[in-house]
Amino acid sequence: MLELIVISTLNGVLFGMLLFLLSSGLTIIFSMLGVLNFAHASFYMLGAFFGFQLTRWIGFWPALIIAPLLVGAIGMAVERYGLRNTHKHGHVAELLLTFGLAYIIEEIVQLIWGKGPMDYRVPAILDFPAFTIFSTNYPAYKMFMLLISVAIFIGLLVVLKRTRVGLIVQAALTHPHMVGHLGHNVGQVFMLVFGVGTALAAIAGVIAGPALVTQSDMAMLLGPILFVVVVVGGLGSLSGAFIASLLIGLVQTFAVSMNGSLASLFGPLDPSIGPSLLTDVWNVTIAQIAPIIPYLLLVLILIVRPMGLMGTRET
Amino acid sequence: MRKLVLAAALTLPMLAAPALAQDTLKIGYIDPLSGGGASVGEIGLKTFQLLADEVNAKGGIQGQKLEIVPLDNKTNPQESLIQLQKAIDSGIRYVTQGNGSAVAAALSDAVAKHNSRNPGKEVLFFNYAAVDPILTNEKCNYWHFRWDANSDIKMQALTSYMKDKKDIKKVYLINQDYSFGQSVRTQARKMLGEKRSDVEIVGDELHPLLKITDFAPYIAKIKASGADTVITGNWGQDFALLLKAAADAGLKVNWFTYYAGGTGGPTAIKQTGLDHQVFQVSEGVANGGAPGAIEVEKVLRAKYDISNFYPRAFNQIRMLVAAADKAKSTDPVKVAAALEGLEFDVLNGGKGFMRKDDHQFFQPIYISSFGSLADKSMFDDEHTGWGWKVEAKVDTPDTMVDTTCKMKRP
Repeated sequence: MLELIVISTLNGVLFGMLLFLLSSGLTIIFSMLGVLNFAHASFYMLGAFFGFQLTRWIGFWPALIIAPLLVGAIGMAVERYGLRNTHKHGHVAELLLTFGLAYIIEEIVQLIWGKGPMDYRVPAILDFPAFTIFSTNYPAYKMFMLLISVAIFIGLLVVLKRTRVGLIVQAALTHPHMVGHLGHNVGQVFMLVFGVGTALAAIAGVIAGPALVTQSDMAMLLGPILFVVVVVGGLGSLSGAFIASLLIGLVQTFAVSMNGSLASLFGPLDPSIGPSLLTDVWNVTIAQIAPIIPYLLLVLILIVRPMGLMGTRET
Repeated sequence: MRKLVLAAALTLPMLAAPALAQDTLKIGYIDPLSGGGASVGEIGLKTFQLLADEVNAKGGIQGQKLEIVPLDNKTNPQESLIQLQKAIDSGIRYVTQGNGSAVAAALSDAVAKHNSRNPGKEVLFFNYAAVDPILTNEKCNYWHFRWDANSDIKMQALTSYMKDKKDIKKVYLINQDYSFGQSVRTQARKMLGEKRSDVEIVGDELHPLLKITDFAPYIAKIKASGADTVITGNWGQDFALLLKAAADAGLKVNWFTYYAGGTGGPTAIKQTGLDHQVFQVSEGVANGGAPGAIEVEKVLRAKYDISNFYPRAFNQIRMLVAAADKAKSTDPVKVAAALEGLEFDVLNGGKGFMRKDDHQFFQPIYISSFGSLADKSMFDDEHTGWGWKVEAKVDTPDTMVDTTCKMKRP
């Protein structure tokens, strides 16, 4: 039992940190531009595919730097030439733009790389078990993912809280007009933030690609859960996104490891009732409903605390 | 006037197309070409296209050229029905599908309905891989033919082989949460219980179909259960990613599988380092040594760099040709009648036949294991240096299972 708890905690934290890498960019973009960037997970996918391709050509380590820069540049171009023009038509137009963008990116990825999974391998230097705990190996690469995520979290926190750029960004989060009136180029700040946000997603893509799966449906698999993180964590709150990511990572991992069902709690139903919808509900295990638990959380949070765990304003 | 001429010039060739269709026999290939099932769907498509080339090189079917029309169903029953309608509307009379028994059930129903409402325009449904037993039992239907051994036949063969392996003591079941996965788990419980009552089932897991990207939590659970053997019906990325997670965690167990040979599977098995501890039940592997199988294996590898995952597709298309020759027609009604009870020399050697009662094809079934190759001339998979070795063979008569099908004939 202890073994399962320790391993599940490790796995949960790891998945949570990956979610954080993705949602940190999304939540900042959301709070600054007011745009729920539907294409955010697509930038994550672009990161993974660029990472895969560049790894083929020049190796993993240069790819880890170059792929996010490329994706960040694409993100900035999207903000500059797409979102900024649609901005005057309101949030719905912006939302639709990112929605369409998600589909376009998926189609382009399929055109170039096909629909099957890519053979994106963990770099040889990290392809060994880091440590063995309860006779289960823990791969060094996963430790590396964890380290990168933590490093980025700390880096982001320092930049936002301790530097001048962070000050302006934070001010623009709550009072964009005031920041503009003070003479800052809010447009440029927005573009930069969008670029950094998408580049963060791309970093997540480059490092998650070899560990999970690099395939043209990876954006659609991960996309919806990011919105859960952002809403649960609270709009524009980096620490909220951090807590929500870890929470959802742990909840999902632990739910998988639980076999409890209503039947095991209250005993099996009287067999004379026969099979029905009720017996289905009665016998379904927590592990089976694990994938929908985050969405349940989303609904609950929206009802009980609409601004999210750490959010300060309601939108 | 000029516009009219231009319009006529553009539309007339389109009108002429159906006339040309007489010279080609089209098979609608309704399978995933995007989404989580795409990796297996693409392999199937290439296999069928190779078969079309083979048939056309020999002069086609009854003088008609064979053409495979790919229709992407995203492993979704709803989408499959749309694609089926699309196929029917464009005059296609044969459809084939394999990935997902829920999809196959939907298609089988839709084809039956269409055929009863449109006499003279019947469509045949050739199922090359959807193995839920229900399709040739409770839900059997005259227009559906299945070339893959159904899940009960495969589980019968697997458990007969496991019976004599005394080191198997604790078994863990992990399957995809849909009709096929559920039938694997029930049959595994039932048949293992009959043959090895001393074996303990220490876990029984169902997970969402083609949605999991990281199986680490599931592997942790298997490890904690103390299982020495895992039985899984997982296919496509659900198998490859499961084994990848097992390799990462260093899980050492025996794997008894239906589809370990699918895309990414061999690579993941090699990563686990489990030499000849991953078993697969199938209708044969090229390393079994049948000359016909070796020949197509070489062609597939040379042309598409894939190994032959679907010997049943070869049996299916070659039997279609044989049935059309027998009926002297490619009319689906006549071909269906000719297929019933048809005997055939299967790709991997030996005799098979299409049982008239339920339209289930019976053929020799093999258990093979994946690992290092004793003989350098044998085929390895996905450039791993490891390949399949036949461990046991079950001959056609011993694969027979009863059916509850009461076929309604037209």
